[in-house]
Amino acid sequence: MAIFLTENSKIIVQGLTGSEGTKHATKMLAAGATIVGGVNARKAGQTVTIGGTDLTVYGTVAEAMAATGADTSVIFVPPRFAKDAVIEAIDAEIGLAVVITEGIPVHDAATFWAHNVAHGQKTRIVGPNCPGVISPEKSNAGIIPANITGAGPIGLVSKSGTLTYQMMYELRDIGFTTCVGIGGDPVIGTTHIDALQAFEADPDTRVIVMIGEIGGDAEERAADYIKTHVTKPVVGYVAGFTAPEGKTMGHAGAIVSGSSGTAEAKKQALEAAGVKVGKTPSETAELARELYKAL
Amino acid sequence: MDLYEYQAKDLFAAHGVPVLPGAVASNPEEAQAAAEEIGGQVVVKAQVKTGGRGKAGGVKLAQDPVQARERAEAILGLDIKGHVTRRVLVTEASDIAEEYYFSFLLDRANRTFLAMASAEGGVEIEQLAVERPEALARVPVDPLVGVDEAAAVEIVTRAGFPEAIRQRAAEVVVRLWETFVAEDATLVEVNPLVRDPQDRIVALDGKVTLDDNAGFRHPGHAQLVDVQAEDPLEAKAKAKDLNYVKLDGQVGIIGNGAGLVMSTLDVVAYAGQRHGGVRPANFLDIGGGASAEVMAAGLDVILGDPAVKSVFVNVFGGITACDAVATGIVEALRILGDEAAKPLVVRLDGNNVEQGRAILAEANHPLVTLVDTMDNAADKAAELAAAGA
Repeated sequence: MAIFLTENSKIIVQGLTGSEGTKHATKMLAAGATIVGGVNARKAGQTVTIGGTDLTVYGTVAEAMAATGADTSVIFVPPRFAKDAVIEAIDAEIGLAVVITEGIPVHDAATFWAHNVAHGQKTRIVGPNCPGVISPEKSNAGIIPANITGAGPIGLVSKSGTLTYQMMYELRDIGFTTCVGIGGDPVIGTTHIDALQAFEADPDTRVIVMIGEIGGDAEERAADYIKTHVTKPVVGYVAGFTAPEGKTMGHAGAIVSGSSGTAEAKKQALEAAGVKVGKTPSETAELARELYKAL
Repeated sequence: MDLYEYQAKDLFAAHGVPVLPGAVASNPEEAQAAAEEIGGQVVVKAQVKTGGRGKAGGVKLAQDPVQARERAEAILGLDIKGHVTRRVLVTEASDIAEEYYFSFLLDRANRTFLAMASAEGGVEIEQLAVERPEALARVPVDPLVGVDEAAAVEIVTRAGFPEAIRQRAAEVVVRLWETFVAEDATLVEVNPLVRDPQDRIVALDGKVTLDDNAGFRHPGHAQLVDVQAEDPLEAKAKAKDLNYVKLDGQVGIIGNGAGLVMSTLDVVAYAGQRHGGVRPANFLDIGGGASAEVMAAGLDVILGDPAVKSVFVNVFGGITACDAVATGIVEALRILGDEAAKPLVVRLDGNNVEQGRAILAEANHPLVTLVDTMDNAADKAAELAAAGA
């Protein structure tokens, strides 16, 4: 099993005909993902050939879903149009919308999230500003390289793209059910807790690795959740111990404000919940490996 | 981006939030002229992006323009929690009957907006939130609904604002909400919001944080950046479109991806404990591309930092290919020539790693050491920095 994304997922790409959309759709197809079409109102009705696959471009998400049975959308639409693209996906009630776009204003993210809530949360939003979701050897929705690791029993949830890749690489000897990049923005759809809940319920996931970083209190809330709801072993890593107060460290959400959002507080909360926290990504991987071998 | 009080008040005024007349001054003469223009008693306030200005002696009452000049002389140059005062705001002195607190902010945890209000203003709000949480109303605001007058009355009522001025305060709150939305702010805070003896409601202070991601629909926001206060290396990096933050250590850092770079800083600081306490000198995320030009620009900024004794290039080739990064490093060193005079430790992994390592091995540059893991590379970079210090 995998979470959120399986070999049966039928994917459309919003922004398929843009350079990023085309580039990554090519890689997704090569990784075995089932892409069934694209969405671009101005190019509706056209067919594009990507990586040897002919894909129809539909005018709207709803049309694409009706014609193809798509249940997943990967969104590469530029920041200024991203809010409307996500709202379109929500209105069409697609099951999973993976928002790769970086640089979406937080008012726009708060607006599409509120829209999703008002619409009964029929759509799982992952991101924005995330690398997407990969269930190795099954499917790939986003920009996570598929050649790093194969399938296995570890579940990974991370705020950071490159740390996701690094952790996949470190644990490639064991492999992953699903890796979820939830994104580094202040307002995101799927949280650490959502992924923890899904991994806990997934029989194939046996060890969970969660990667956090400075800013907000998502890791602290995840720690509370783990204490009461997660029985599987969880290993954690937090980036940003050396980040100065008040400076945004690359990700829009990665900022220590006053005394809140520090890496130290997150580490302590996780450890208090029984999570082993590594000092470096390699040490974290080693902790996960030990826990897995001890099962 | 955090704004200065005077910039926040300019935005307030533009959106109809009542503020007192005032002018910003960067020298005592300007402060005197501003006080003459305003007339009567004035307050001279240090413009720094930190709290606790009053306690630090950064806010002073002046009886007349000559005294305003003296006050400005004393305040300009004042160091308030590491922030040097370069400007003062000269503003009309107000008669205060009561002080309140009001803010709109992003509530990350609940993925929505939040209004916070208290009838007890003028105090440290974090302290109030801890000591007397019941005195601070926290009201979620649905971005799809916003704040109209009825909602604003509800908020100030819950905060315990006196009944007589609730309607008037609510009108100001609606204007503050307009400011928050129209300017793409993540924080709009007024502390204190005051009632004067004539029952007028005035924003006596202002703190605004703008969303940098929304810059594309606010061309005017770029002018709010205080270029003068920027770190020169950060300014240089920004001009080259690099995502760089200056820190105070000795190991220059280049990496790809915000999370990996943050992690690299931590791993270097951790390794530095074994090497005389050396620390990371900067954050620099060169992103997915990592072309020779970007690598050269990044190295140029980092090598321009006199505190840097060694550089750690840490790349995981996800979308980026390691051979392209290796070529970038070799090319960057060629472009920089003699300007590159500090040792470079390089760790490459991921996409096309063998080709990448082969390119560096073949170039055999005397400054470059290739190390196979992130932890070992951090250790090597820290060791070299300690040796060069």
